[in-house]
Amino acid sequence: MLGKTANGLYWMYRYLERAENTSRLVETAQRIALTRSSGNSDEEWGSVMQSAGVFEGYKAHRDGVTKDAAIDWMLRAPDNPSSMLSSICAARQNARLVRTALTHEVWEAVNGCYMSSREALARRVGERDLPGVLGDLRQRTALVRGATHGTMLRNDNFDFARIGTFLERADNTARILDVKYYVLLPSAYSVGSSIDNVQWETILRAVSARGGYRMVHGNQVSPREIARFLILDQRMPRSLNFCALKIRDNLNYLASDYGVRPPSFRLADGLVRRFLSHDIDAIFDFGLHEYVQNVLSALGELGRQIEIDYRFYE
Amino acid sequence: MFLAMGGIETFDEMWGTREELRAPYKSFQTWLDGEDPARLRAKQREAEEVFRLTGITFNVYGRAEAEERLIPFDIIPRIISGPEWQKLSRGIEQRVRAINAFLYDIYHRQEIVKAGRIPEEMISRNDAFLPQMIGVTPPGGIYTHIVGIDLVRTGDNQFFVLEDNARTPSGVSYMLENRETMLQMFPELFSQNRVKPVQNYPADLRRSLAACAPATDGPPRVAVLTPGIYNSAYFEHAFLADQMGVELVEGHDLRVVDGRVAMRTTQGYQPIDVLYRRVDDDFLDPLNFNPESALGVPGIMDVYRAGGITIANAPGTGIADDKAVYSYMPEIVEFYTGEKAILENVPTWRCSEPEALAYVLDNLEDLVVKEVHGSGGYGMLIGPAATRKDLAAFRRKLRARPANYIAQPTLSLSTVPIFTRAGLAPRHVDLRPFVLVSPEGINITPGGLTRVALKKGSLVVNSSQGGGTKDTWVLED
Repeated sequence: MLGKTANGLYWMYRYLERAENTSRLVETAQRIALTRSSGNSDEEWGSVMQSAGVFEGYKAHRDGVTKDAAIDWMLRAPDNPSSMLSSICAARQNARLVRTALTHEVWEAVNGCYMSSREALARRVGERDLPGVLGDLRQRTALVRGATHGTMLRNDNFDFARIGTFLERADNTARILDVKYYVLLPSAYSVGSSIDNVQWETILRAVSARGGYRMVHGNQVSPREIARFLILDQRMPRSLNFCALKIRDNLNYLASDYGVRPPSFRLADGLVRRFLSHDIDAIFDFGLHEYVQNVLSALGELGRQIEIDYRFYE
Repeated sequence: MFLAMGGIETFDEMWGTREELRAPYKSFQTWLDGEDPARLRAKQREAEEVFRLTGITFNVYGRAEAEERLIPFDIIPRIISGPEWQKLSRGIEQRVRAINAFLYDIYHRQEIVKAGRIPEEMISRNDAFLPQMIGVTPPGGIYTHIVGIDLVRTGDNQFFVLEDNARTPSGVSYMLENRETMLQMFPELFSQNRVKPVQNYPADLRRSLAACAPATDGPPRVAVLTPGIYNSAYFEHAFLADQMGVELVEGHDLRVVDGRVAMRTTQGYQPIDVLYRRVDDDFLDPLNFNPESALGVPGIMDVYRAGGITIANAPGTGIADDKAVYSYMPEIVEFYTGEKAILENVPTWRCSEPEALAYVLDNLEDLVVKEVHGSGGYGMLIGPAATRKDLAAFRRKLRARPANYIAQPTLSLSTVPIFTRAGLAPRHVDLRPFVLVSPEGINITPGGLTRVALKKGSLVVNSSQGGGTKDTWVLED
């Protein structure tokens, strides 16, 4: 397999995951804005964009934060390289690059996703159309994922696709925690206030974890349990632990395929052992914010090492 | 014998010249009579959707933003009878054999020049002649592994070779996808007609390329070299690599390692035995040719000359499809095969010759003038369709650089109906059959790519100029 192809697959799936995560963030924020009883909701969009990792870019290109401008920036701004539309175009560009590594079904799914997104996001999306557009996009990316699972050979192609998916996903969950950590701190335990409930729900919705959380904890919402759920739960497909285990698994498949265990494997292994073997109390003792920061930088380092180990560029 | 446009009526491949349904189309016509035009219109749209979703697009050169366009597909097939095809394929095989013998000769003893059948300057002053290839014998002795012979038809029994494509002929993916689309949309047509299959092309291509590999330890490793995703034919490069199950590489994936051309894989550099390159000679090797090229592989020509890799097609094959050399093809075929050419050439005036130039200047409004190295329908003049201003401008160009041009009579190209809103309407077509050459033999896929001018009366079929394509059937009997 070409290094370039590994690189293309990895980024194709990262971008698809990114588009999907952005759509979920926008949807959540819009819902919260609509259901909140009072106050100016525009400021909240700054922190939403921060969670999506696109706030710096926004401030550099736009003046003042308004809901409409924020939504447009996250959905379709061409000068935002991580907007949903930019991400989907990049995913499709990478898919073209690695066309020979994809099955017909996967290619058609990603090309179809690109075609319909280009159409749906050709102009500003009005409030009424927003739920439909976001829902359609996630169905499209789900189709790519389904086609990937149903038709792709479980070889190194698949491993790189999965590694890209879970690195992006872990990064996304970690960023949401990083931006919202303060509402999960013990000092925020001043339970019951409706603001906190809204904040906690935002976090759960943003990672599609509301239903899962309820299955495990019923209606007992506690910030400590939310933090545990998002960081350590091994059943929750967007938790840091789950993503890290998947990355390690796939790096391990590569290692046994190639007969070499490169440095990136040790980094992934270290991430799982060093960070994710803790319990939630230890994490709070260490400091939630610092902890998440450490995970984020470990993820970054891991990504860079994978590029080197598998000759993405040279 | 050459029909000027507007002189004698055009030969339609479905209806002949006297509105009598020709035999190969009989069963198709019966089917068509039973079809509702509204349903066919819906099918035509459906076909476009399929092409768009599959990504069968080409990029348009010269645009700031790389734009992907569809080549229009017409649902009415072009049908060739078994006996018609037999004769054509004998002629194609003979011609391709001669082209390979010619290339070997040109880069070795140049017997044909010594015999006075071709002027020496036709070779030595030709830009397509690569001195780096002198004395080099490619593995298996094959120069043109993949050839496309462009044919036009003017009558029931009259075919002409319009040009030979001996460098990197494109379009084969459209031949395959057109058939795939027809099979999906109108399966019943293929139970009612016995159409020779084309689907083996990718497997044949891989086998043919592998058979040309230099001596290897294991099974030969084949790769397709593309200039990249912005190239107009990128879809085809990816398609062929995918269908053959080989890697699609770009120049920056390759490097010369220990005297072999190797590709950068996730496990380090691995050697390649056969490179099906879709990059022009000039860009192939910045050390040996254009030093500015970022598309090629530095040093690949040195590996090639040492016999370490097969490049398909071989560098320097352009000397065989240059339009001035084309005019010598009847002599070339006779010289190397000892037989008369089965396929006719279109008579050609070489403007480098003073009498020919004088004739061309006097009759410009009746002629087609082409650049010797041109392709894609660019830089040509179609006399009967040109304005006075165009003609005057072209006369100046001809006088300034006569050797850069050849001229041919305007042929009355045959037509095949296309499906339009107003029903069937005749449009001019050409045909590019695809030929594979290896030490195991010559393999011609039955049919090829039919290109069709979509504008009424137009003779320009090139996709870059608004042409479309059709599925091409060769019937079993």
